[in-house]
Amino acid sequence: MDLSLSTKTEGDHTVVTVGGEIDVYTAPKLREQLIDLVSAGSYHLIVDMEKVDFLDSTGLGVLVGGLKRVRAHDGTLRLVCTEERILKIFRITGLTKVFPIHASVDEALAATD
Amino acid sequence: MSTVHVSFTALPAHVRTARLVALAVARRAGVPDELLDEVRLAVGEACSRAVGINVGVAPEEPVTMLLSDDLSRFTVEVLDVGSMDGAAPLDPGSIEETINAESGADADAAVGVEALPPGFGLAVISGLVEDVEVVADGKGTHVRMAWPSTTVTVPGAQ
Repeated sequence: MDLSLSTKTEGDHTVVTVGGEIDVYTAPKLREQLIDLVSAGSYHLIVDMEKVDFLDSTGLGVLVGGLKRVRAHDGTLRLVCTEERILKIFRITGLTKVFPIHASVDEALAATD
Repeated sequence: MSTVHVSFTALPAHVRTARLVALAVARRAGVPDELLDEVRLAVGEACSRAVGINVGVAPEEPVTMLLSDDLSRFTVEVLDVGSMDGAAPLDPGSIEETINAESGADADAAVGVEALPPGFGLAVISGLVEDVEVVADGKGTHVRMAWPSTTVTVPGAQ
């Protein structure tokens, strides 16, 4: 399964819906997408990972890179994920403390913390 | 004992193939279903790391993955041609600091996989797999990981 990416605007947020496998081969596509969005002035990103089947540390690196970019503009990067096998790698690496992780896009949009 | 030997050019595109092969062999070896995601992720991390190392040191050298199962263990060994790097400590605090510290005027400089410390992949493997060993032998690094298995008897198999 390859990587699928789509974006939509919700108010001042941009929702990036990701599907498939984020690994050493596909992660550069996600990285380019995040860079393009920040370059275009989207600083409040929500990455919806509900359709992600696989995520490795390369993918985590891209998300950390994205967070770094939006923070430079006082922005935010929130994740939407409820799939246990994906959440596990965030827990193992302690990145649950770095990323706000929400159960739905609506919850992420409503979050203010 | 039965073995499967996979050797592939150090290209990111082949890491997925290696994961699929490992998953198929693990399933056949009788690794419990609840551990298969762990096998897939750990093998992916080990192969990604090996691809990155070979590309940097000797791109023409293939990455090798050896899968074997005996009566009770399923073992995956991934071999590269580089020297050993240690597992980075998994410290979200330091990652957070890095994110904030470098969020300045230069933040549009390329960031991505380099946002995580070298050795992060090995640290993920160590966090995932109970039985893991990383050794260097002068020719390269071996990442050996093992899981419990119960070999499935297949009609006609030797």
